[in-house]
Amino acid sequence: MSVLLPEDPTPIAKVPSTENKTGGWRTFRPVIHYEKCIRCYICWKFCPDAAIYFASPEAHAAPKEALSKFDTVEINYDFCKGCGICANECPAKAIELVLEESAEGDEE
Amino acid sequence: MKKLTIPEEEHMLSGHTACLGCGATIAMRYVLKALGKNTILSIPACCWAVIPGVYPHRTLDVPLLYTAFEVTGAAISGIREALDAMGKEDVNVVGFAGDGGTADIGLQALSAAMERGHNVFYIMYDNEAYMNTGIQRSGSTPMGAWTTTTPGGKKRMYKWEPKKNVAEIMVAHNIPYVATATIAYPEDMIAKLRRAKEIKGPKFFQILSPCPTGWRHPPDKTVEISRLAVQTNVFPLYEVINGKYKISIKPKNPKPVKEYLRLQGRFRHLTEEEIEMIQKNVDDNWKALLKKERCSQEE
Repeated sequence: MSVLLPEDPTPIAKVPSTENKTGGWRTFRPVIHYEKCIRCYICWKFCPDAAIYFASPEAHAAPKEALSKFDTVEINYDFCKGCGICANECPAKAIELVLEESAEGDEE
Repeated sequence: MKKLTIPEEEHMLSGHTACLGCGATIAMRYVLKALGKNTILSIPACCWAVIPGVYPHRTLDVPLLYTAFEVTGAAISGIREALDAMGKEDVNVVGFAGDGGTADIGLQALSAAMERGHNVFYIMYDNEAYMNTGIQRSGSTPMGAWTTTTPGGKKRMYKWEPKKNVAEIMVAHNIPYVATATIAYPEDMIAKLRRAKEIKGPKFFQILSPCPTGWRHPPDKTVEISRLAVQTNVFPLYEVINGKYKISIKPKNPKPVKEYLRLQGRFRHLTEEEIEMIQKNVDDNWKALLKKERCSQEE
């Protein structure tokens, strides 16, 4: 008995899930207040969506001169689902959750 | 310039379909940060079978093989032996299963794989019920919890059996490495995974990952609850290397269990006496663990 194989026998998932913009799920939008941010990267560490990324130190003003050489963090609103873990864990209370409707237009 | 306490490399992409504040995705993120790209995963039916999205989407940067619910242990044994036969001994083979697929359905395949001594990782991310199919009770559901199959009512139908201790079952297999970890302590989890990477033989991890949907807590409290589980001794962090226990974090003044329970809607129905009972159970388990550590270090 011969075995029939499809032409491309190994179905490999090739499309990265970054095609899938989960930002639309969001109810509350986390907004970073950079004048309070101490650049500890705890928000980056605990983000379940890996939606927080690093930006250059000059991108945002630092609260103190000593912090100005460290990288800043930014939130990718295409993927942030608005769970609020970053705001809850932030030791400096620099992240505020804003209702999505009222935040619309502030960032874009 | 930045000072990071965990590796920067990222092997889990954004855009996956996990719920808001999912603990299991945080666990996967740390596991792949620690083990790196040279890894093959095998995942049975569990939340992680759904999170990467439907074909042709992928969320992970590593090869991933889906298996049936009960055969994660067999699948990782097969992958390991095939890789060894091909001379690729440096590849990490990881079984990543939920608590239902580990404590209940997959236990026999897991037990067999551990007994045969394959050089594999088995990671159980413990969200304490069958969350993917709609919060049904599993062997790993803790005492007093509400689930959809233990819905409560007039005749005390909540789950009153204590949680099955899978880590201890694995210690009884005399495997070289068993550890518990949780998402609130990523540095501890990554250090343990790196230590285990150097050990040849079966390695078992139990990672507590809170589930906002099933535990009925706000999504932003995921990490806080996971931290409280350690600080109240509900979920002690320890590792067992060749039978020698070592407790990773010993809270100086353990918080009352009430603080942990009151944050979660699944424990909302508990009365003061029932909380007292759970507190006693937690204290007994903690004392037994301290004793095990002392006895195994003495020899």
